[in-house]
Amino acid sequence: MPAVQETIDQVRSIDVDQYKYGFETEVEMEKAPKGLSEDVIRFISAKKGEPEWMLQWRLDAYKRWLTMTEPAWARVSYDKIDYNDIYYYAAPKKNPAPKSLDEVDPEILKTYEKLGIPLREQEILAGVEPQSRVAVDAVFDSVSVATTFKEELKKAGVIFMPISEAVREYPDLVRQYLGTVVPVTDNFFATLNSAVFTDGSFVYIPPGVRCPMELSTYFRINEKNTGQFERTLIIADKGSYVSYLEGCTAPRRDENQLHAAVVELIALDDAEIKYSTVQNWYPGDSQGRGGIYNFVTKRGDCRGRNSVITWTQVETGSAITWKYPSCILRGDNSRGEFYSIAVSNGMQQVDSGTKMIHLGKNTTSRIISKGIAAGRSENTYRGLVSAHRKATGARNFTNCDSLLIGNECGAHTVPYIESKNASAVFEHEATTSKISEDQMFYCQQRGLSEEEAVALIVNGFVKDVLQQLPMEFAVEAQKLISISLEGSVG
Amino acid sequence: MADVTLMKTPAETALAQAFESAKTLLPGNVESRAQAFEKFTARGLPHRRVEEFKYTDLRAAFREVAPFAGVPTAEEAKAALAGAKTLAGIEALQVPFVNGHFMREAVDFRALPENLEIVPLREALANDHEWLAHLSPVPWAAENPVYQLNTSFMADGVMIRVAGPVEVPVHLRFVTAAETAVATATRVLVVVEEGASVTLLETHESTDGAGHQPNDVVELIAGDRTNVQHVRVNAEGGKTLALSTLAARIGAEAVFNSINVVAGAATSRHQVFALLNGENTNLRVNGVTMLKGLQHADSTLVVEHNALHCESRELFKTVIDDEATGVFQGKIIVPHHAQKTDGRMMSAAILLGEGGTMNNKPELEIFADDVQCAHGATCGQLDDDLLFYLMARGLPRKEAESLLIQAFLGEALEFVENETAREALIGTVEGWLRARS
Amino acid sequence: MLEIKNLVVQIEDKRILNGLNLTVNKGEVAAIMGPNGSGKSTLSYVIAGKEDYEVLDGEILLNGENLLEMEPDQRAAAGVFLAFQYPLEIPGVASMTFLKATLNAQRKARGEEELTTPDFIKRVNAAAQQLEIPKDMLKRALNVGFSGGEKKRMEILQMALLQPSFCILDETDSGLDIDALRIVSEGVNALRSPDRAFLVITHYQRLLNHIVPDTVHVMHSGRIVRSGGKELALELEANGYADYRDSEAA
Ligand SMILES: Nc1ncnc2c1ncn2[C@@H]1O[C@H](COP(=O)(O)OP(=O)(O)OP(=O)(O)O)[C@@H](O)[C@H]1O
Ligand SMILES: [Mg+2]
Repeated sequence: MPAVQETIDQVRSIDVDQYKYGFETEVEMEKAPKGLSEDVIRFISAKKGEPEWMLQWRLDAYKRWLTMTEPAWARVSYDKIDYNDIYYYAAPKKNPAPKSLDEVDPEILKTYEKLGIPLREQEILAGVEPQSRVAVDAVFDSVSVATTFKEELKKAGVIFMPISEAVREYPDLVRQYLGTVVPVTDNFFATLNSAVFTDGSFVYIPPGVRCPMELSTYFRINEKNTGQFERTLIIADKGSYVSYLEGCTAPRRDENQLHAAVVELIALDDAEIKYSTVQNWYPGDSQGRGGIYNFVTKRGDCRGRNSVITWTQVETGSAITWKYPSCILRGDNSRGEFYSIAVSNGMQQVDSGTKMIHLGKNTTSRIISKGIAAGRSENTYRGLVSAHRKATGARNFTNCDSLLIGNECGAHTVPYIESKNASAVFEHEATTSKISEDQMFYCQQRGLSEEEAVALIVNGFVKDVLQQLPMEFAVEAQKLISISLEGSVG
Repeated sequence: MADVTLMKTPAETALAQAFESAKTLLPGNVESRAQAFEKFTARGLPHRRVEEFKYTDLRAAFREVAPFAGVPTAEEAKAALAGAKTLAGIEALQVPFVNGHFMREAVDFRALPENLEIVPLREALANDHEWLAHLSPVPWAAENPVYQLNTSFMADGVMIRVAGPVEVPVHLRFVTAAETAVATATRVLVVVEEGASVTLLETHESTDGAGHQPNDVVELIAGDRTNVQHVRVNAEGGKTLALSTLAARIGAEAVFNSINVVAGAATSRHQVFALLNGENTNLRVNGVTMLKGLQHADSTLVVEHNALHCESRELFKTVIDDEATGVFQGKIIVPHHAQKTDGRMMSAAILLGEGGTMNNKPELEIFADDVQCAHGATCGQLDDDLLFYLMARGLPRKEAESLLIQAFLGEALEFVENETAREALIGTVEGWLRARS
Repeated sequence: MLEIKNLVVQIEDKRILNGLNLTVNKGEVAAIMGPNGSGKSTLSYVIAGKEDYEVLDGEILLNGENLLEMEPDQRAAAGVFLAFQYPLEIPGVASMTFLKATLNAQRKARGEEELTTPDFIKRVNAAAQQLEIPKDMLKRALNVGFSGGEKKRMEILQMALLQPSFCILDETDSGLDIDALRIVSEGVNALRSPDRAFLVITHYQRLLNHIVPDTVHVMHSGRIVRSGGKELALELEANGYADYRDSEAA
């Protein structure tokens, strides 16, 4: 039997059930009444102690949302979501707003420990070299339970805190930028998020500041039947730099759970934002039961001249991924980058890609997308590159490769490339192939087992993207890809 | 019927009226026309929110519907054909159409080349000819609204059977010479039997001053080990709104090579639907599009690999001057069972003017793991370094540009096997370039 | 060391090896020569365990162990090394990464400890230096964009690192310039030892001038049709394979 055939059979025979983060935490939770209504929104807003304008903003979004229909253009299929069968708010009952780590429910601390997320600053300081410190905002269902290194960051002038806190403490900043990249009316899921968002991170880097450490948010969905609707807003003021990481997991359950986040990035003149995601929501089991519906709107606005926004994503989780981290290249000479690895196995469905909208002069963008489909999954790259009339000198390079492992999955490429400027130069290339038998044999001849050989070749395949991740994350991501393809990878 | 609840555009209403009054006069089975029209009506004229028509909004393009053209008089026909010049220099069997009507008197049915049979479509439809069973060789084409309109209104055409090698090319010459705008709908069916081969030339010309609305469909069923060479030229008049479809089903170990050269029409959309139904078949579909002014040209292509070991190559070249718009939409579909597929699709565009637009959408839809598929799309200007080099050697800018454009488009013309046809197409490119300088 | 008995192999219904017999002893360097298409590469692939080849009959024993029952990586761990006639390119995988992965995989399979990184690098550098492989080449993706000769040198580098006991060199000389031929041969000769055997497939005497064989076998139509000492190669160089073509007709 040819090696690849064996691999295919192995992939076929495994469950996706090696999901390592599928455990559940027993904590008493306080929830909003099930379903969505103005009352629920008022409840959320009150829980967060929000000012009136914020409540009004939410209610407007809700009214708008009621008139909208769920988009159907993506290559994903799922049973109709009953938006009234979801809890929109769930927070640990014991002290939902802990002031320090000692006030956090020990069960929750244990959860993060199990997930390998460092929440104790001194531990981090003791263990790791200072330059690789990471500040963490840990969001558990609908609330942020801990944010580390807040004080130290404050000294540098960096604001890093849960967005619900920022709404209270920095209302002017939030009001100035919230919804300016992803308008309230943007799309069905973004509008829903605007109405019900519960927590997420707020970051502001003042002019000229290079954020002294990596910032990260770790999202955990724990409670049954809840949706997670986080909202992240990052502003890099003139000449500043920040690197931000985002991770996500959820327990294993038979029913689907909804995650509809909105992330807005704003880079002013000469500023740079690097946003990396390792998305590992529960993918469902091999029969397609359970798993997270991940409907996410992420968009960055290169508002200033010479600004840079880089999206890097490693997508291995979720039953359904619907996600297009995009860049609006408004400032002259601004640059947008998108690096993506999307691995699908089992019955997962991925429809993901990016949009690079060239508005300013001499704007450049680069898209590297690597899709790997195994099992009975469907993996679609969907992307838009466009140059508007005034985008003189715009440049884009896109490379989008797909790898199929097995004969029951699908890999699709749907790029839209629109140029309205003669001096814009766009180059797009895409390939679909399989792991070659000859490469497999060559590796095995040198003594690698079949699984090691697949892992090695897959690693080579995704390398261009892994290189974009911060070091610690790259290692993590590499492991994750291996686990996701377990059976086909060692 | 459902249409009472639908809001119709004036054009849709006009089409419905036209269909009502024409359906009993048109030849053949009313039922199948009515079915197609009902399907069309269910969705109406496609607009930009219909994915396949995202870049070519037919609801906007069809402000009004031109009346369907009547049969020309003998003099009119003669004059029209005398003025037709596209690919005129090639010795070929002429199968002419004027205003959408087949000119049977121009064909000597008793002296057709060996292995060739031609039946007028009107006759075939009226007599329920057995070849009619071959119509619609690509099942999913029937879902396309342009195709549905053609099926509803097709008034004339020919059915051609190729039973063995046919040496002399067959030239399907479409000329619309009416002074005022007319609509036409023709259907040509070509059945190429096992082992047979033929070269098809297809040209479309019309008077410049009127907004004609042709909708032409060519269908091809090519059996195993066939070789079909197809050269199509759109030289429509400057106000014409031209819709066309090529639907081809190809057998095993066959070769099908098709090129479409767009040099005319105000708005055009050429759709190619190809189904590779036998193993080891080679498909090549190329396109050369030259646009200026406010022209809009759409090349839409769907290739389904439905068998093992087939190879498909698509190369589309577009040059856009002034404020014209080019569209390329290509899709390669490889289902689970089409292992060892080798598919490669490329669209390259050059924008010359300041206000031009190019929209590219090259898609891959792949379910088989042992395949090699790739697509590429580029869009940009002429290479500055090369331009400079040529100009430094003394060529004026326009000439240097012309030379580079010729080289650029030439890559897609190279695959035209018939030498005279290739020369003629190069001539068409040169003519276009001369007109711009 | 290596014993092949009555090996019959086909691929896609085409017979390629027709009852091939061959013995290579410990410490021996055996050369195989034979016309294009006679089945030399096929033999090397079958020894190394490439799929696609259907073994209809016969056996291959390495130190008494049946190779045919092993996976390619197990054979590698057992000591089989094949320097490919056409080495493969692996995009995105740095040569260094690849070397380390293979070396440690084999050590693990043999129950040895994995090498530490400095240890590993020391070894690679030493081997690379001997084969005159520039360091920056090791940083590039394996064989991607390497010239024909560079690829061949990379094969020998791997051999030097992995220290296999049975080495097959399939036309390692093709694509090498004169200096590279000498360098590669020196690399191979350095590995010659009483515990190690070589099967050298080549078309030309010039390689055998550098790597002097103990035995020479002539392969034709999937069989070893003649065996002899190193002088046999010289005879072939002078006369070609004409004699054997006749024997085929008979
Ligand atoms: N995958 C295959 N399918 C069909 N025939 C094959 C295949 N691989 C090898 N062959 C055939 O087997 C025969 C032996 O090939 P092989 O590569 O072993 O020859 P060789 O002796 O190494 O030749 P050379 O000296 O040219 O390297 C040739 O006729 C070849 O065409
Ligand atoms: Mg060989």
